[in-house]
Amino acid sequence: MGTLLSLRGLTKAYPGVIANSDVSFDIQEGEVHALLGENGAGKSTLVKMIYGLVKPDSGQMTLRGQPYAPAEPRMARASGVAMVFQHFSLFEALNVAENIALGMENPPKMRDLAARIKDVSETYGLPLDPYRTVGDLSAGERQRVEIIRCLLQDPRLLIMDEPTSVLTPQEVDILFQTLRKLTAEGVAILYISHKLEEIRTLCDTATILRLGKKVGTCIPREVSARDMAEMMVGTTLHVPERAGGDLGPVLLELTDLSVKSPSEFGTSLKGITLQVRSGEVLGLGGVAGNGQDELLAALSGEILTTPNTVVMEGQPIGALGPTARRKLGLLTAPEERLGHAAAPDMSLTENALLTGSVRQGLESNGFLKWTKTREFAEEIIAKFDVRTPGPGNAARSLSGGNLQKFVIGREVLQLPTVLVVNQPTWGVDAAAATSIRQALLDLAAGGTAVIVISQDLDELMEISDHFGALNEGRLSDIRPARGLTVDEIGLMMGGAHGMEVAHV
Amino acid sequence: MIRLEKRPQPSQLWTYLTPVLAVLLTMIAGGALFAFLGKDPFEAIRTIFWDPLFSEFAFYYRPQLLVKGAPLVLIAIGLSLGFRAGIWNIGAEGQYIVGAICGAGVALALYPMEAFWLFPAMVIAGALGGMLWAMIPALLKVKFGTNEILVSLMLVYVAENLLASMAVGLLKNPEGFGFPGSRNLQQYPSAHNAELITGSGMHWGVVAALIAVIFAYVLLNRHMLGFHIRLTGEAPRAARFAGVRPARLILFCLGTSGALAGMAGLFEVSGPSGQIGIDFGSGYGFTAIIVAFLGRLHPVGILLAGGLMALTYIGGEIAQSNLGLPSSAIQLFQGMLLFFLLAVDVLTNFRIRLTNKAEVA
Repeated sequence: MGTLLSLRGLTKAYPGVIANSDVSFDIQEGEVHALLGENGAGKSTLVKMIYGLVKPDSGQMTLRGQPYAPAEPRMARASGVAMVFQHFSLFEALNVAENIALGMENPPKMRDLAARIKDVSETYGLPLDPYRTVGDLSAGERQRVEIIRCLLQDPRLLIMDEPTSVLTPQEVDILFQTLRKLTAEGVAILYISHKLEEIRTLCDTATILRLGKKVGTCIPREVSARDMAEMMVGTTLHVPERAGGDLGPVLLELTDLSVKSPSEFGTSLKGITLQVRSGEVLGLGGVAGNGQDELLAALSGEILTTPNTVVMEGQPIGALGPTARRKLGLLTAPEERLGHAAAPDMSLTENALLTGSVRQGLESNGFLKWTKTREFAEEIIAKFDVRTPGPGNAARSLSGGNLQKFVIGREVLQLPTVLVVNQPTWGVDAAAATSIRQALLDLAAGGTAVIVISQDLDELMEISDHFGALNEGRLSDIRPARGLTVDEIGLMMGGAHGMEVAHV
Repeated sequence: MIRLEKRPQPSQLWTYLTPVLAVLLTMIAGGALFAFLGKDPFEAIRTIFWDPLFSEFAFYYRPQLLVKGAPLVLIAIGLSLGFRAGIWNIGAEGQYIVGAICGAGVALALYPMEAFWLFPAMVIAGALGGMLWAMIPALLKVKFGTNEILVSLMLVYVAENLLASMAVGLLKNPEGFGFPGSRNLQQYPSAHNAELITGSGMHWGVVAALIAVIFAYVLLNRHMLGFHIRLTGEAPRAARFAGVRPARLILFCLGTSGALAGMAGLFEVSGPSGQIGIDFGSGYGFTAIIVAFLGRLHPVGILLAGGLMALTYIGGEIAQSNLGLPSSAIQLFQGMLLFFLLAVDVLTNFRIRLTNKAEVA
């Protein structure tokens, strides 16, 4: 099979940052081509140029030998390029067929369309009822709608942006089978991800980007995940080490915690029971939106419960607010950095005060000690390598990864008795992620009980002693992390959420 | 094509420049308005901004600046605390009126007794009255989630009717030959909020306004409560995460702004105005909203903005009598100030970029 799309010297600059500089590579027909890189490496800009959302400053593309310069996505689609976005654009109140019709230039009659949807979905092992309302579908099923929407256009190149971030391992398997069927028919797939093991199973070739430049190509099956990670980051990675001491007494205990979600679209918690011991790292996995935010809020004190459902060192604290819990040593770091963990327009000094006032003694009789607060902020910046001109800068001026280091560092430096973090390394580059994980392990080694809520299973397997998964507000059994297989984890996360492969 | 680009952080420079720019734009647009009304725009602007301070009759106008400015600053300081936290008390005018009724009521009930503690008692009654009036929207918001903007605003009209009823009923001067209005407190020495230095315009309300400025400055910059107020306004979720209880904050902010507005009403009724009359409500409570924003919700800024707004009040009156400008034109002029301020405010958080062609992002 020949070359489908070739990129030559693509360059795109935004004010103050070069997103892509002189990127060239070829995509062959019928291959799964991985585009690999850290956050901010320029993956998104590159695919936006291929899909006609962004115009390159210089460089050429050719599609099957013909010059290819899409001015808008419609032209890209007409040339056979389709894209499945990471965030779905579906109307929850409409059914599958109606959603797909909305994205078409000349939608056929609803009955014909439904028939075609059934047809395509069965051919590629993506069973889907065209008349179901999208609001009732799981994340994996919604992704199917997006994929089928693309397949109806008969694409030659399918771009997929981090497709597995919302899927359980079982759902990932189903997706991979579909993608292999497509490639067997000669469709090329450009697969964006930073999950290395996935790329090793699925992809034929990988192009690696760093800081907007292409830094290498490899055949993922023949290279170790570690080597790819090092090409991505550009330095040698250091794997977190753990002391592996014995676990101490139970520090935090939840008994039958049930909470109605404060938000209409949230997930209510149902009968959550768990224990964490001194020195333990408890990893809680699960697909996003299965009660993670609510669990963190119930632990931070933003959601109050009856006193005895949350017990810390024998003391019932379910009815205590955030300040009282901090005083006792229960610290938390929510997932949403801007607006929840930190106030965007306030300086880092003020943000250090936000959670640090009680334990660091930054106030006396309500009056603030700004000098001491600034010193605390400077300490976080220095110890957690936060890249910023100084503590006077606004939180929103920091990049996501840097702010994440600040937010985690702020809690870690307060020496918590129990620390709960949600998505501690989300959007953080690999080197920084390693240092955040190391900091969590060091805390545990010092006797802190750590709960890590994350959607990154590799991360959880790397640092957890015990593992549990959230699924629709319920918590699975908690099991020792060592020796768990991917299949078992997937079942704990709720299996394939009612999805199955069509047997064709 | 003009594009707005978000700044990485709010510009310090523009935070200070926007009020000045807004004043300049108001002068230009106001000048055009006066020109359309057939007046010389330059003379009108000079009359409003220059004459009260530096004309040959300035000795008369300058004390007026304090008299008009003090209630504006006092009320605006209270409002700014709530505005910082995203709690919108639009009904300061009502709290001002009720404060005046309560404070004057104490004096009128005890008339003609003379006692050193009478005036302090009136101040406390005025503050309590304003605070209780503001507690109505506060409690309704906390208990039932009602909108404090609507409730506080509607209570202004209730307060105005209460005022009218007091002026012709309960508080009417028994020796007033049937005219509406209470006894004149200026003729009741223990209750009179007299000038502290004759001819200066300086009365207890001015002192209270200055104390309020200092109090608000310390609260916002040096105290945990002030930090929580700012945090709630900037990031409500982060505030709850930090341990702020929204209900408490609502009660505090509305209560404080009500108390300060009530005090302003008391100082006015016992001093410059002298009596509870049907037309006692003078719009200070609404103008103070402009003052609070013009002063960037910053205590020192509010002090300066209060002075500026008092200037346009006095200058506007001179322009009405000397140039025959309609009073509605003056009010429009003051409204423009807020309008332009909010419009140019965008420069603090955004920078303007000129681009040649539209780009699909």
